[in-house]
Amino acid sequence: MTDFVTPREMAEMIPSGCKLGLAPDDYAAAPGLVRMLIDRGIRDLHVVCAPIGGMQVDMLIGAGAVATLETSAVSLGEAGGAPCFSRAVRDGSIRLRDATCPAVFAGLTAAEKGVPFMPIRGIIGSDVLEKRDDWKVTSNPFDDAEKIVVVSAIQPDIALFHAPEADRFGNVRLGRRRETMLLAHASKKAFVTVERISEVSLLDDEKMAAGVLPAIYVSAVAQLEKGGWPTGLYAEYPRDGQEIEKYARAARSPEGFQAYVRGLGSAA
Amino acid sequence: MSEACTSRELMIYTISRLLKGVRHVAVGQSSPMPAAGAMLLRALNQRDGLEHVQVSILGSVKHNSFTGGAEELFDCAAQGRLDAFFLGGGQIDGRGNVNLVGTGDYPNNPVRWPGSFGSAYLYFLVPRVILFREEHSLRSLVERVDFVSAPGVTDETVYRRGGPHALLTNAALFSFDREAGRFRLESTHPGYGWRDIRGTTGFSYDNEQCEVTTPLPDEATLSLIRGRIREELRECYPQFAGNMPGPG
Repeated sequence: MTDFVTPREMAEMIPSGCKLGLAPDDYAAAPGLVRMLIDRGIRDLHVVCAPIGGMQVDMLIGAGAVATLETSAVSLGEAGGAPCFSRAVRDGSIRLRDATCPAVFAGLTAAEKGVPFMPIRGIIGSDVLEKRDDWKVTSNPFDDAEKIVVVSAIQPDIALFHAPEADRFGNVRLGRRRETMLLAHASKKAFVTVERISEVSLLDDEKMAAGVLPAIYVSAVAQLEKGGWPTGLYAEYPRDGQEIEKYARAARSPEGFQAYVRGLGSAA
Repeated sequence: MSEACTSRELMIYTISRLLKGVRHVAVGQSSPMPAAGAMLLRALNQRDGLEHVQVSILGSVKHNSFTGGAEELFDCAAQGRLDAFFLGGGQIDGRGNVNLVGTGDYPNNPVRWPGSFGSAYLYFLVPRVILFREEHSLRSLVERVDFVSAPGVTDETVYRRGGPHALLTNAALFSFDREAGRFRLESTHPGYGWRDIRGTTGFSYDNEQCEVTTPLPDEATLSLIRGRIREELRECYPQFAGNMPGPG
Protein backbone atom coordinates (compact mmCIF):
# COMPACT_ATOMS: atom_id res chain seq x y z
CA MET A 1 0.00 0.00 0.00
CA THR A 2 1.25 3.42 -0.93
CA ASP A 3 0.70 6.20 1.62
CA PHE A 4 -0.40 9.57 0.34
CA VAL A 5 1.11 12.20 2.58
CA THR A 6 1.99 15.89 2.61
CA PRO A 7 5.56 16.88 1.72
CA ARG A 8 6.20 17.85 5.37
CA GLU A 9 4.99 14.44 6.51
CA MET A 10 7.25 12.77 3.96
CA ALA A 11 10.22 14.74 5.27
CA GLU A 12 9.43 13.43 8.78
CA MET A 13 9.32 9.85 7.47
CA ILE A 14 12.96 9.95 6.33
CA PRO A 15 15.10 9.25 9.41
CA SER A 16 18.54 10.61 10.22
CA GLY A 17 21.26 8.02 9.63
CA CYS A 18 19.52 6.24 6.75
CA LYS A 19 21.07 5.28 3.43
CA LEU A 20 19.33 7.65 1.02
CA GLY A 21 19.40 7.12 -2.76
CA LEU A 22 19.00 10.27 -4.87
CA ALA A 23 18.46 10.83 -8.60
CA PRO A 24 20.54 13.27 -10.68
CA ASP A 25 19.60 16.93 -11.11
CA ASP A 26 17.43 17.62 -14.16
CA TYR A 27 16.30 14.00 -14.38
CA ALA A 28 14.34 13.28 -11.22
CA ALA A 29 16.00 15.22 -8.38
CA ALA A 30 13.75 16.31 -5.51
CA PRO A 31 15.28 19.55 -4.16
CA GLY A 32 11.87 20.69 -2.89
CA LEU A 33 11.66 17.80 -0.44
CA VAL A 34 15.39 18.00 0.29
CA ARG A 35 14.92 21.58 1.52
CA MET A 36 12.33 20.27 3.99
CA LEU A 37 14.80 17.61 5.17
CA ILE A 38 17.28 20.42 5.83
CA ASP A 39 14.59 22.47 7.63
CA ARG A 40 13.89 19.62 9.99
CA GLY A 41 17.61 19.17 10.74
CA ILE A 42 18.24 15.70 9.30
CA ARG A 43 21.73 14.30 10.12
CA ASP A 44 24.21 11.48 9.46
CA LEU A 45 22.89 10.47 6.05
CA HIS A 46 24.68 8.00 3.82
CA VAL A 47 23.82 9.52 0.46
CA VAL A 48 24.02 7.34 -2.65
CA CYS A 49 23.99 9.40 -5.84
CA ALA A 50 22.52 7.39 -8.69
CA PRO A 51 24.98 7.98 -10.23
CA ILE A 52 25.88 11.69 -9.76
CA GLY A 53 24.84 14.58 -7.54
CA GLY A 54 24.18 18.25 -8.05
CA MET A 55 22.54 21.10 -6.20
CA GLN A 56 20.35 19.03 -3.86
CA VAL A 57 23.36 16.99 -2.73
CA ASP A 58 25.47 20.11 -2.30
CA MET A 59 22.73 21.64 -0.14
CA LEU A 60 22.53 18.54 2.06
CA ILE A 61 26.31 18.65 2.53
CA GLY A 62 26.24 22.38 3.28
CA ALA A 63 23.58 21.79 5.90
CA GLY A 64 25.79 19.24 7.65
CA ALA A 65 23.32 16.43 6.93
CA VAL A 66 25.74 14.04 5.19
CA ALA A 67 28.13 11.64 6.94
CA THR A 68 28.99 9.47 3.91
CA LEU A 69 28.76 10.35 0.24
CA GLU A 70 28.85 7.68 -2.44
CA THR A 71 28.97 9.33 -5.88
CA SER A 72 30.59 9.40 -9.31
CA ALA A 73 30.59 13.21 -9.31
CA VAL A 74 29.02 16.30 -7.78
CA SER A 75 28.63 19.31 -10.06
CA LEU A 76 26.31 22.26 -10.66
CA GLY A 77 26.61 21.82 -14.45
CA GLU A 78 26.90 25.14 -16.29
CA ALA A 79 27.04 26.92 -12.90
CA GLY A 80 30.36 25.19 -12.15
CA GLY A 81 31.71 23.25 -9.19
CA ALA A 82 29.67 22.34 -6.13
CA PRO A 83 30.93 24.70 -3.40
CA CYS A 84 29.77 22.91 -0.22
CA PHE A 85 31.00 19.57 -1.58
CA SER A 86 34.47 21.00 -2.31
CA ARG A 87 34.63 22.57 1.14
CA ALA A 88 33.57 19.34 2.87
CA VAL A 89 36.22 17.39 0.92
CA ARG A 90 38.93 19.84 1.99
CA ASP A 91 38.03 19.84 5.67
CA GLY A 92 37.32 16.10 5.77
CA SER A 93 33.82 16.50 7.21
CA ILE A 94 32.30 13.80 4.94
CA ARG A 95 33.42 10.25 4.33
CA LEU A 96 33.91 9.90 0.59
CA ARG A 97 33.25 6.85 -1.54
CA ASP A 98 34.18 7.94 -5.03
CA ALA A 99 32.71 5.78 -7.79
CA THR A 100 32.27 5.66 -11.54
CA CYS A 101 28.73 5.86 -12.98
CA PRO A 102 28.33 2.35 -14.40
CA ALA A 103 29.70 0.82 -11.17
CA VAL A 104 26.89 2.53 -9.24
CA PHE A 105 24.40 1.11 -11.73
CA ALA A 106 26.03 -2.33 -11.41
CA GLY A 107 25.74 -2.16 -7.60
CA LEU A 108 22.09 -1.12 -7.83
CA THR A 109 21.43 -3.86 -10.40
CA ALA A 110 22.89 -6.43 -8.00
CA ALA A 111 20.50 -5.22 -5.28
CA GLU A 112 17.62 -5.22 -7.78
CA LYS A 113 18.33 -8.85 -8.60
CA GLY A 114 19.00 -9.84 -5.01
CA VAL A 115 22.55 -11.03 -5.70
CA PRO A 116 25.60 -9.95 -3.64
CA PHE A 117 27.73 -8.45 -6.42
CA MET A 118 27.93 -7.69 -10.12
CA PRO A 119 30.92 -7.93 -12.49
CA ILE A 120 31.82 -4.88 -14.57
CA ARG A 121 34.32 -4.06 -17.31
CA GLY A 122 37.11 -1.51 -17.07
CA ILE A 123 38.17 0.28 -13.86
CA ILE A 124 41.38 -1.79 -13.30
CA GLY A 125 44.33 0.58 -12.98
CA SER A 126 42.15 3.41 -11.74
CA ASP A 127 42.75 4.96 -8.30
CA VAL A 128 38.96 4.87 -7.88
CA LEU A 129 39.30 1.10 -7.48
CA GLU A 130 42.24 1.46 -5.06
CA LYS A 131 40.11 3.53 -2.69
CA ARG A 132 37.12 1.16 -2.59
CA ASP A 133 37.21 -1.76 -0.17
CA ASP A 134 33.81 -2.94 -1.45
CA TRP A 135 35.07 -3.45 -5.01
CA LYS A 136 37.39 -6.31 -5.82
CA VAL A 137 39.39 -7.64 -8.74
CA THR A 138 38.76 -11.28 -9.48
CA SER A 139 39.39 -13.56 -12.41
CA ASN A 140 36.70 -14.43 -14.91
CA PRO A 141 35.46 -17.85 -13.65
CA PHE A 142 35.13 -18.95 -17.28
CA ASP A 143 38.54 -17.65 -18.37
CA ASP A 144 41.28 -17.48 -15.71
CA ALA A 145 43.49 -15.30 -17.92
CA GLU A 146 41.09 -12.37 -17.64
CA LYS A 147 40.85 -10.07 -14.65
CA ILE A 148 37.54 -8.41 -13.93
CA VAL A 149 36.12 -6.08 -11.27
CA VAL A 150 33.16 -7.01 -9.07
CA VAL A 151 31.24 -4.41 -7.09
CA SER A 152 29.08 -5.21 -4.09
CA ALA A 153 25.33 -4.64 -4.14
CA ILE A 154 24.05 -1.16 -3.25
CA GLN A 155 20.74 -1.19 -1.42
CA PRO A 156 19.56 2.21 -0.18
CA ASP A 157 17.06 2.24 2.68
CA ILE A 158 15.05 4.89 0.89
CA ALA A 159 15.06 6.20 -2.68
CA LEU A 160 13.83 9.79 -2.89
CA PHE A 161 12.98 11.40 -6.22
CA HIS A 162 10.58 13.72 -8.01
CA ALA A 163 8.41 12.60 -10.94
CA PRO A 164 5.85 14.18 -13.24
CA GLU A 165 2.88 12.15 -12.11
CA ALA A 166 1.48 9.44 -9.86
CA ASP A 167 -1.98 7.93 -9.90
CA ARG A 168 -4.14 7.54 -6.80
CA PHE A 169 -3.11 3.87 -6.63
CA GLY A 170 0.55 4.76 -6.12
CA ASN A 171 1.89 4.01 -9.60
CA VAL A 172 4.45 6.60 -10.75
CA ARG A 173 5.26 7.60 -14.32
CA LEU A 174 9.01 7.88 -14.97
CA GLY A 175 8.99 7.55 -18.76
CA ARG A 176 12.48 7.13 -20.11
CA ARG A 177 14.18 7.79 -16.77
CA ARG A 178 14.89 4.17 -16.17
CA GLU A 179 17.92 4.77 -13.96
CA THR A 180 15.37 6.14 -11.49
CA MET A 181 13.31 2.97 -11.98
CA LEU A 182 16.49 0.98 -11.19
CA LEU A 183 17.11 3.06 -8.06
CA ALA A 184 13.54 2.39 -6.87
CA HIS A 185 13.81 -1.34 -7.61
CA ALA A 186 17.10 -1.57 -5.69
CA SER A 187 15.96 0.38 -2.62
CA LYS A 188 13.97 -0.96 0.34
CA LYS A 189 11.45 1.88 -0.04
CA ALA A 190 10.76 4.62 -2.59
CA PHE A 191 9.41 8.04 -1.53
CA VAL A 192 8.24 10.12 -4.46
CA THR A 193 7.16 13.74 -4.82
CA VAL A 194 5.08 14.46 -7.94
CA GLU A 195 3.76 17.40 -9.91
CA ARG A 196 0.24 15.98 -10.12
CA ILE A 197 -1.91 13.00 -9.19
CA SER A 198 -4.05 11.23 -11.77
CA GLU A 199 -7.46 9.82 -10.89
CA VAL A 200 -7.15 7.11 -13.56
CA SER A 201 -4.60 4.33 -13.33
CA LEU A 202 -1.39 5.02 -15.28
CA LEU A 203 -1.27 1.31 -16.07
CA ASP A 204 -4.53 1.47 -18.06
CA ASP A 205 -2.75 3.01 -21.04
CA GLU A 206 -0.57 0.34 -22.64
CA LYS A 207 1.46 3.03 -24.43
CA MET A 208 2.51 4.47 -21.08
CA ALA A 209 2.67 1.39 -18.87
CA ALA A 210 6.26 0.37 -19.61
CA GLY A 211 7.45 3.73 -18.29
CA VAL A 212 5.51 3.39 -15.03
CA LEU A 213 7.01 2.34 -11.69
CA PRO A 214 4.34 0.09 -10.15
CA ALA A 215 3.00 0.91 -6.70
CA ILE A 216 4.55 -2.27 -5.27
CA TYR A 217 7.84 -0.35 -4.98
CA VAL A 218 6.35 2.97 -3.88
CA SER A 219 5.97 3.49 -0.12
CA ALA A 220 4.80 7.08 -0.18
CA VAL A 221 3.71 9.79 -2.59
CA ALA A 222 3.42 13.52 -1.88
CA GLN A 223 2.18 16.10 -4.33
CA LEU A 224 4.67 18.97 -4.55
CA GLU A 225 4.32 21.20 -7.58
CA LYS A 226 7.68 22.39 -8.92
CA GLY A 227 9.33 19.94 -6.53
CA GLY A 228 12.24 19.65 -8.94
CA TRP A 229 12.93 23.41 -8.91
CA PRO A 230 15.43 25.00 -9.32
CA THR A 231 16.89 21.93 -11.04
CA GLY A 232 14.88 20.57 -13.96
CA LEU A 233 12.43 17.72 -14.30
CA TYR A 234 13.08 15.53 -17.33
CA ALA A 235 10.82 16.38 -20.29
CA GLU A 236 8.68 18.66 -18.05
CA TYR A 237 10.68 21.79 -17.26
CA PRO A 238 14.32 22.85 -17.65
CA ARG A 239 16.58 23.94 -14.82
CA ASP A 240 16.36 27.53 -13.62
CA GLY A 241 19.91 28.46 -14.57
CA GLN A 242 19.76 31.89 -12.93
CA GLU A 243 18.64 30.49 -9.60
CA ILE A 244 21.39 27.85 -9.65
CA GLU A 245 23.94 30.59 -10.46
CA LYS A 246 22.57 32.53 -7.51
CA TYR A 247 23.03 29.48 -5.30
CA ALA A 248 26.54 28.86 -6.64
CA ARG A 249 27.55 32.43 -5.73
CA ALA A 250 25.91 32.38 -2.31
CA ALA A 251 27.31 28.98 -1.31
CA ARG A 252 30.92 30.07 -1.85
CA SER A 253 30.98 30.85 1.87
CA PRO A 254 29.30 28.90 4.69
CA GLU A 255 27.57 32.13 5.76
CA GLY A 256 26.27 32.74 2.23
CA PHE A 257 24.99 29.17 2.08
CA GLN A 258 23.13 29.58 5.40
CA ALA A 259 21.59 32.84 4.21
CA TYR A 260 20.48 31.21 0.94
CA VAL A 261 18.84 28.25 2.67
CA ARG A 262 17.13 30.50 5.25
CA GLY A 263 15.82 32.67 2.42
CA LEU A 264 14.27 29.65 0.74
CA GLY A 265 12.78 28.52 4.04
CA SER A 266 10.93 31.77 4.64
CA ALA A 267 9.76 31.91 1.01
CA ALA A 268 8.34 28.38 1.10
CA MET B 1 33.22 38.93 -44.71
CA SER B 2 31.90 37.45 -41.44
CA GLU B 3 33.57 37.69 -38.05
CA ALA B 4 36.81 35.65 -37.90
CA CYS B 5 36.71 32.07 -36.63
CA THR B 6 37.00 32.05 -32.83
CA SER B 7 39.21 29.71 -30.85
CA ARG B 8 36.14 27.76 -29.70
CA GLU B 9 34.81 27.45 -33.24
CA LEU B 10 38.16 26.07 -34.35
CA MET B 11 37.97 23.46 -31.58
CA ILE B 12 34.39 22.55 -32.52
CA TYR B 13 35.45 22.11 -36.15
CA THR B 14 38.52 20.08 -35.12
CA ILE B 15 36.35 17.77 -33.02
CA SER B 16 34.14 17.14 -36.06
CA ARG B 17 37.27 16.20 -38.05
CA LEU B 18 38.43 13.81 -35.31
CA LEU B 19 35.03 12.10 -35.39
CA LYS B 20 35.05 11.46 -39.13
CA GLY B 21 33.77 7.96 -39.90
CA VAL B 22 32.02 7.25 -36.59
CA ARG B 23 28.48 5.83 -36.63
CA HIS B 24 27.59 6.61 -33.02
CA VAL B 25 29.12 9.27 -30.80
CA ALA B 26 28.01 10.09 -27.26
CA VAL B 27 28.70 13.24 -25.28
CA GLY B 28 28.67 13.43 -21.46
CA GLN B 29 27.50 16.13 -19.07
CA SER B 30 28.98 19.63 -19.08
CA SER B 31 30.57 19.26 -22.53
CA PRO B 32 29.25 21.98 -24.85
CA MET B 33 32.13 21.94 -27.33
CA PRO B 34 32.22 18.15 -27.81
CA ALA B 35 28.43 18.29 -28.22
CA ALA B 36 28.82 21.01 -30.84
CA GLY B 37 31.53 19.04 -32.67
CA ALA B 38 29.37 15.92 -32.80
CA MET B 39 26.37 17.92 -33.99
CA LEU B 40 28.56 19.54 -36.65
CA LEU B 41 29.69 16.17 -38.03
CA ARG B 42 26.07 15.05 -38.16
CA ALA B 43 25.06 18.23 -40.01
CA LEU B 44 28.01 18.05 -42.45
CA ASN B 45 27.35 14.40 -43.26
CA GLN B 46 23.68 15.16 -43.79
CA ARG B 47 24.52 18.10 -46.06
CA ASP B 48 26.99 16.05 -48.08
CA GLY B 49 24.80 12.94 -48.34
CA LEU B 50 27.20 10.84 -46.24
CA GLU B 51 26.46 8.19 -43.61
CA HIS B 52 24.01 9.12 -40.84
CA VAL B 53 25.72 9.85 -37.53
CA GLN B 54 23.89 8.90 -34.32
CA VAL B 55 24.56 11.58 -31.72
CA SER B 56 23.64 10.87 -28.10
CA ILE B 57 23.87 13.95 -25.88
CA LEU B 58 23.46 13.09 -22.20
CA GLY B 59 21.03 15.44 -20.53
CA SER B 60 19.24 16.21 -23.80
CA VAL B 61 15.65 15.26 -24.56
CA LYS B 62 15.87 16.04 -28.29
CA HIS B 63 19.33 14.70 -29.09
CA ASN B 64 19.18 11.41 -27.24
CA SER B 65 17.22 8.33 -28.26
CA PHE B 66 18.11 6.08 -25.30
CA THR B 67 15.00 4.67 -23.62
CA GLY B 68 16.85 2.49 -21.11
CA GLY B 69 17.96 5.27 -18.77
CA ALA B 70 21.48 6.52 -18.13
CA GLU B 71 22.81 2.97 -17.91
CA GLU B 72 22.02 2.31 -21.58
CA LEU B 73 25.03 4.39 -22.67
CA PHE B 74 27.32 2.12 -20.65
CA ASP B 75 25.68 -1.04 -21.96
CA CYS B 76 26.04 0.28 -25.52
CA ALA B 77 29.73 0.92 -24.90
CA ALA B 78 30.28 -2.57 -23.46
CA GLN B 79 28.70 -4.13 -26.54
CA GLY B 80 30.70 -2.10 -29.04
CA ARG B 81 27.73 -0.01 -30.13
CA LEU B 82 29.48 3.26 -29.34
CA ASP B 83 32.39 4.50 -31.46
CA ALA B 84 33.44 7.74 -29.81
CA PHE B 85 33.22 9.61 -26.51
CA PHE B 86 34.92 12.57 -24.83
CA LEU B 87 36.74 12.96 -21.56
CA GLY B 88 37.90 16.19 -20.02
CA GLY B 89 40.26 16.15 -17.11
CA GLY B 90 41.55 18.61 -14.59
CA GLN B 91 44.87 16.92 -15.25
CA ILE B 92 45.99 14.78 -18.20
CA ASP B 93 49.44 13.22 -18.24
CA GLY B 94 51.81 11.96 -20.92
CA ARG B 95 50.67 8.34 -20.49
CA GLY B 96 47.09 9.34 -21.25
CA ASN B 97 45.99 9.08 -17.61
CA VAL B 98 43.06 11.32 -16.76
CA ASN B 99 42.33 12.94 -13.38
CA LEU B 100 38.80 14.22 -12.81
CA VAL B 101 38.96 14.07 -9.01
CA GLY B 102 41.37 16.74 -7.77
CA THR B 103 44.91 17.90 -7.01
CA GLY B 104 47.01 16.79 -4.05
CA ASP B 105 46.27 13.84 -1.82
CA TYR B 106 42.97 11.95 -1.80
CA PRO B 107 40.51 12.09 -0.08
CA ASN B 108 41.00 15.62 1.31
CA ASN B 109 42.12 17.16 -1.97
CA PRO B 110 42.88 20.88 -1.59
CA VAL B 111 41.33 21.39 -5.04
CA ARG B 112 38.45 19.02 -5.68
CA TRP B 113 36.79 18.59 -9.09
CA PRO B 114 33.36 16.98 -9.64
CA GLY B 115 34.53 13.35 -9.91
CA SER B 116 35.31 10.53 -12.29
CA PHE B 117 31.84 10.22 -13.90
CA GLY B 118 31.93 7.24 -16.31
CA SER B 119 35.59 7.68 -17.28
CA ALA B 120 37.04 4.65 -15.43
CA TYR B 121 34.82 2.43 -17.57
CA LEU B 122 34.27 4.15 -20.92
CA TYR B 123 38.02 4.68 -21.44
CA PHE B 124 38.35 0.89 -21.74
CA LEU B 125 35.43 0.29 -24.05
CA VAL B 126 35.01 3.17 -26.49
CA PRO B 127 37.43 2.89 -29.43
CA ARG B 128 37.88 6.61 -30.01
CA VAL B 129 38.06 8.59 -26.78
CA ILE B 130 38.89 12.22 -27.50
CA LEU B 131 40.53 14.04 -24.61
CA PHE B 132 39.38 17.60 -24.56
CA ARG B 133 40.83 20.25 -22.30
CA GLU B 134 40.42 23.89 -23.25
CA GLU B 135 43.22 25.07 -20.98
CA HIS B 136 46.67 24.21 -22.34
CA SER B 137 49.00 24.79 -19.39
CA LEU B 138 51.60 23.22 -17.15
CA ARG B 139 48.96 22.71 -14.47
CA SER B 140 46.49 20.86 -16.75
CA LEU B 141 48.97 18.84 -18.88
CA VAL B 142 51.24 17.27 -16.31
CA GLU B 143 54.05 14.75 -16.02
CA ARG B 144 52.00 12.52 -13.73
CA VAL B 145 48.39 13.00 -12.59
CA ASP B 146 47.75 13.26 -8.82
CA PHE B 147 44.84 10.79 -9.08
CA VAL B 148 44.09 8.30 -11.86
CA SER B 149 40.38 8.46 -12.62
CA ALA B 150 40.98 6.45 -15.78
CA PRO B 151 44.29 4.95 -16.94
CA GLY B 152 45.56 5.59 -20.47
CA VAL B 153 47.12 2.17 -20.97
CA THR B 154 46.49 -1.30 -19.53
CA ASP B 155 48.25 -4.66 -19.64
CA GLU B 156 46.86 -7.59 -21.65
CA THR B 157 45.19 -9.32 -18.68
CA VAL B 158 42.45 -6.69 -18.76
CA TYR B 159 39.79 -6.51 -21.46
CA ARG B 160 40.31 -3.28 -23.36
CA ARG B 161 39.21 -2.20 -26.80
CA GLY B 162 39.07 1.53 -26.15
CA GLY B 163 41.34 4.32 -25.08
CA PRO B 164 42.78 7.71 -25.92
CA HIS B 165 42.63 8.70 -29.58
CA ALA B 166 43.56 12.38 -29.51
CA LEU B 167 44.08 15.31 -27.15
CA LEU B 168 42.67 18.66 -28.16
CA THR B 169 43.33 21.94 -26.31
CA ASN B 170 42.89 25.61 -27.13
CA ALA B 171 46.45 25.62 -28.52
CA ALA B 172 47.18 22.28 -30.18
CA LEU B 173 46.12 18.84 -31.34
CA PHE B 174 47.93 15.64 -30.33
CA SER B 175 47.33 12.04 -31.38
CA PHE B 176 47.99 9.11 -29.02
CA ASP B 177 50.05 6.04 -29.84
CA ARG B 178 48.61 3.22 -27.72
CA GLU B 179 51.55 0.88 -28.32
CA ALA B 180 54.09 3.43 -27.11
CA GLY B 181 51.70 5.02 -24.60
CA ARG B 182 52.74 8.49 -25.80
CA PHE B 183 51.24 11.57 -27.39
CA ARG B 184 52.43 13.00 -30.71
CA LEU B 185 52.00 16.66 -31.63
CA GLU B 186 49.92 16.79 -34.82
CA SER B 187 49.33 20.52 -35.27
CA THR B 188 49.33 23.85 -33.48
CA HIS B 189 46.40 26.26 -33.72
CA PRO B 190 46.81 29.62 -35.45
CA GLY B 191 48.68 31.98 -33.14
CA TYR B 192 50.71 29.20 -31.49
CA GLY B 193 54.06 27.71 -32.53
CA TRP B 194 55.72 24.48 -31.48
CA ARG B 195 57.87 26.34 -28.92
CA ASP B 196 54.72 27.67 -27.21
CA ILE B 197 53.41 24.14 -26.94
CA ARG B 198 56.70 22.78 -25.58
CA GLY B 199 56.76 25.53 -22.97
CA THR B 200 53.22 24.90 -21.75
CA THR B 201 53.08 21.09 -21.82
CA GLY B 202 54.24 19.30 -18.69
CA PHE B 203 54.95 15.91 -20.29
CA SER B 204 57.20 14.67 -23.09
CA TYR B 205 55.72 13.82 -26.47
CA ASP B 206 56.82 13.00 -30.01
CA ASN B 207 57.19 15.34 -33.00
CA GLU B 208 58.01 18.33 -30.79
CA GLN B 209 59.09 20.60 -33.63
CA CYS B 210 55.81 20.26 -35.51
CA GLU B 211 55.23 23.02 -38.09
CA VAL B 212 51.69 22.01 -39.12
CA THR B 213 48.91 24.51 -38.44
CA THR B 214 45.44 23.24 -37.48
CA PRO B 215 43.15 23.92 -40.46
CA LEU B 216 40.31 26.44 -40.09
CA PRO B 217 36.71 25.73 -41.13
CA ASP B 218 35.57 27.16 -44.47
CA GLU B 219 32.85 29.85 -44.64
CA ALA B 220 30.01 27.36 -45.17
CA THR B 221 31.06 25.27 -42.16
CA LEU B 222 31.48 28.36 -40.02
CA SER B 223 27.98 29.56 -40.85
CA LEU B 224 26.63 26.09 -40.03
CA ILE B 225 28.26 26.35 -36.57
CA ARG B 226 26.81 29.84 -36.07
CA GLY B 227 23.35 28.84 -37.29
CA ARG B 228 22.10 25.29 -36.89
CA ILE B 229 24.66 24.07 -34.34
CA ARG B 230 24.21 27.09 -32.08
CA GLU B 231 20.44 26.51 -32.11
CA GLU B 232 20.79 22.78 -31.40
CA LEU B 233 23.08 23.56 -28.43
CA ARG B 234 20.57 25.90 -26.79
CA GLU B 235 18.51 23.14 -25.21
CA CYS B 236 21.30 21.83 -22.97
CA TYR B 237 23.79 24.71 -23.03
CA PRO B 238 21.85 27.97 -23.18
CA GLN B 239 24.66 30.05 -21.68
CA PHE B 240 27.34 28.63 -23.93
CA ALA B 241 25.17 29.02 -27.05
CA GLY B 242 24.28 32.57 -26.04
CA ASN B 243 27.99 33.50 -25.95
CA MET B 244 28.72 32.10 -29.41
CA PRO B 245 28.81 34.43 -32.42
CA GLY B 246 25.72 34.13 -34.60
CA PRO B 247 22.62 35.88 -35.83
CA GLY B 248 20.19 37.16 -33.17
